[in-house]
Amino acid sequence: MKRVKGGTVLITFERVTKRYDKRNRPALDDISVDIRAGEFVFLVGASGSGKSTFMRLILREEKPTAGRVIVAGRDVGRLSRRKVPQLRRGMGAVFQDFRLLANKTVYQNVAFTLQVLGRKSAQIERSVPEVLELVGLADKMARFPDQLSGGEQQRVAIARAFVNRPPLLLADEPTGNLDPSTSVGIMKLLDRINRVGTTVIMATHDAAIVDQMRKRVIELDVGQLIRDEARGVYGQDHQP
Amino acid sequence: MRFRFILSETFQGLRRNLTMTFAVIITVAVSLTLFGAGLLVRAQVDSMKDYWYERVEVSIFLCGANSTVPACSLGAVTPEVRTQIEAELNALRPLVQDIYYESKEEAYQHFLEQFKDSPIVANVTPDALPESFRVKLSDPTKYEVIAAAFAGRPGVEQVQDQRQLLDRFFRLLNGLQVIALSVAVAMLVVTALLVINTIRVAAHARRREVGIMKLVGASNIMIRMPFLLEASLSAALGGLLAVAAIVATKAILIDQVLAPAYQFTAFVSWEQVLLILPVVFVTGILIAAIAAALTLRRYLKV
Repeated sequence: MKRVKGGTVLITFERVTKRYDKRNRPALDDISVDIRAGEFVFLVGASGSGKSTFMRLILREEKPTAGRVIVAGRDVGRLSRRKVPQLRRGMGAVFQDFRLLANKTVYQNVAFTLQVLGRKSAQIERSVPEVLELVGLADKMARFPDQLSGGEQQRVAIARAFVNRPPLLLADEPTGNLDPSTSVGIMKLLDRINRVGTTVIMATHDAAIVDQMRKRVIELDVGQLIRDEARGVYGQDHQP
Repeated sequence: MRFRFILSETFQGLRRNLTMTFAVIITVAVSLTLFGAGLLVRAQVDSMKDYWYERVEVSIFLCGANSTVPACSLGAVTPEVRTQIEAELNALRPLVQDIYYESKEEAYQHFLEQFKDSPIVANVTPDALPESFRVKLSDPTKYEVIAAAFAGRPGVEQVQDQRQLLDRFFRLLNGLQVIALSVAVAMLVVTALLVINTIRVAAHARRREVGIMKLVGASNIMIRMPFLLEASLSAALGGLLAVAAIVATKAILIDQVLAPAYQFTAFVSWEQVLLILPVVFVTGILIAAIAAALTLRRYLKV
């Protein structure tokens, strides 16, 4: 694993290009970037700028057309199909639409992750209440998703992504469906998760949040990396 | 934990997809029953062949007083000619295994026995039936040797191979078997298509779960096993129904109805049936599992 100033590199994009089809412009065009373990990174840019493709490449939902995506020392694009599950166990993912199972309770939704990974019941019974405590839903474990507010549902989704304690959390517009005050709560939660050592990559449109947090900002524009600032703000209008 | 979780997912899937589950069970049951029936007919033909080829004879009918064929132009066969024919038959050993002479009177007695319930008996006298040599061959397929030696020989009215009569009957049974097996194959194809469709619907119905499972890094086995088990379990249930239907066919139709009515022939034995049952059962599960596995490869890629 490569070491640079500031810690171990967790994710490396090495001249990565992703083309979904030959005629159109690439979704990502020759991107090179390092993300260190423990960082909190905002991925910003307009719709269609390539933020989601960036995330999907890390999750190995897509393979790069050219270049290499390296996560924790593994060349994700060349990973065999059978090793993909192992890769994904090292990352949690949260989305704008929560993606909870409506027929399962809060507890069951979170336990589902551990169940499909084949964990023992004892471990599930210990870990699930613990992580629900962390996201502040310890008193709502028996509720169903449709009995919760949007913010609470996103907390469940975060709990599910984090219950396995992965070193990397990917959040694709996690506050996209939430009102500003609820969003603040979600951001505090993500910040807390980041502070215990988890690398967080968050794609967002939300300028207020980015400006407030003052974390690293990577900006994409039609597939090009146009800005990478250590303690950045959202848009070019805000640039000093 | 892993095992219990997969099982609970499986049963949840079966319940949620109840109508499709029933459709799979029933088609599997019907197609496997037909498949088993085809195999039963074949076993039946085999056991009848064994039974009858042991017993078939070549009959050499001798001329009677009223015979009209040219070889009988001298009238009824004389004792000298008869003795000569017997000597010639003896010369053909070891192909000729047994020789049995049936007189007019014996032929008449056999006839009475065979047709005792028929009014035809009243019109037949011992004189109307020919005397004959019944010849059993060590190799029943070498009928031609006997036919060449005796057909058209003076004093011989006709040489008849019972095997040829039987073969005509067996051809009929074989035809039935081909029909049963063709329908069975068609039904098995339908079963496979239905399983493919069922899996597709089930995968679609559970796409959220599957999506989350993939996202959190569930192994392929964990994701696919519930679907595979669903298909296999439905097929196994259908297979059990088919097995029951085949056992019932043997126990009731063959043993209670056919065997008492047709005592002169052999029917398929329990041993043969017990060989067919596992073939039928495993075929059903294999077809369902393979159809499911192929569908899952396409629809549940990582």
